[in-house]
Amino acid sequence: MKTAEEIKAAIEAAVPGAGVEFVLNPGPAAEHSLRLAPECAVAVATFLRDDAELAFDFLSNVSGVDWPDKEIAEKVKVTRQVTKTVDGVEQSVEETVDETRKRVEPGCLEAVYHLYSVAKKHGPLVIRMKTANRSDQVQLPSLTPIWRSAEFQEREVFDLYGIIFTGHPDLRRLLMWDGFKDHPMRKDYVEPDDYEYEPTPHDAVLARAQERKDREQGSKGARD
Amino acid sequence: MDQNLKIELGKQGVFVTTIQELYNWGRRSSVWPMQFGLACCAIEMIATTMARYDLARFGAEVFRPSPRQADLMIVSGTVTKKMAPQVVRLYNQMAEPRYVIAMGACAISGGPFKQGYNVLKGIDRYIPVDVHIPGCPPRPEALLQAFMTLQEKIDGQHLTGADRPRFLDANQQGEFPVPEQGAHDLEPTSNRGVWPVEIQGVVNRE
Repeated sequence: MKTAEEIKAAIEAAVPGAGVEFVLNPGPAAEHSLRLAPECAVAVATFLRDDAELAFDFLSNVSGVDWPDKEIAEKVKVTRQVTKTVDGVEQSVEETVDETRKRVEPGCLEAVYHLYSVAKKHGPLVIRMKTANRSDQVQLPSLTPIWRSAEFQEREVFDLYGIIFTGHPDLRRLLMWDGFKDHPMRKDYVEPDDYEYEPTPHDAVLARAQERKDREQGSKGARD
Repeated sequence: MDQNLKIELGKQGVFVTTIQELYNWGRRSSVWPMQFGLACCAIEMIATTMARYDLARFGAEVFRPSPRQADLMIVSGTVTKKMAPQVVRLYNQMAEPRYVIAMGACAISGGPFKQGYNVLKGIDRYIPVDVHIPGCPPRPEALLQAFMTLQEKIDGQHLTGADRPRFLDANQQGEFPVPEQGAHDLEPTSNRGVWPVEIQGVVNRE
């Protein structure tokens, strides 16, 4: 099979302006992947399936990945004017200070597809797509029209991660019920407090149980 | 009635019994389970009905595919929150007298999936359970043991008096509320009538 770089070159030759990005896997598996721009993903996927040499006719797996907002603290050297008293005389001196700056790298949701070729007996090729953010722009093009086996797996990713696959023929929740609001596999999912506490709870579990008891009494008091 | 007198009369060809004994004997000898399985415990339940373990010895070989014809619900496996309302509804559709065996760690408490967001932490939160079997999954012998425990329980039931079973008491609750599937969890999270659990060490603050 062609390497991921060669496939990237082939895609760029066949689909102009495809916007394919090579993602290196530094681990020993070295299973590098290609990140597709969502606008061109359907065209690229069609090429990957129909190209005579690549012939990726089998989509084995669709996964969701949640990348939460990441706060990065970096130390920057800053030069600033400081007023100091040197030998009884006030002077303005330049001083270099370390300053910690925090910036938030916005998170996103990602869908990862593993492709194989049954005809050519090669694979896997890993392709990925990223959403713009984690809240309101979570649309990605569905690849179900190209590989039928994506249908249920994209429904599952929609159910558990909340990625909306545009062009999916039947995008409903797969595992949870229809009225369910959350996406349980997201990192910031807060699970319902239906935990059955230990018969004799202590420490953290006792604090949690007490908190729940207080809350129940509070809501009862408000109703009465 | 005196047991020795009963045996003595039996030797003379006279059989003496009470309506209650006859009635309970009839019921315990023909407990028909409902035919459904929820997870891997169902495989052990199937094995129990087959020739090697042979649940038919206890008069329970007829697994009925309709809740209307079943006396016993064997909750065999993980009850997910998506499935829980259907299980409670099936229980409501069964005719009295009806019994429940919660089979396996999942059915009695959520088991290995207890801390998952999608698993009910024990079917006894919504319906009354007569016999709990621990195990993951329980062996067929454990299900037979549970079945014999249930038979003993049926044998000991009084037809009259304050401790008579639910189906002979007109004032008892017959239908159990089916939980709704809410936005984040089942609502309510338990039926307080059958699952009154108080947590130790938690104080009431007024």
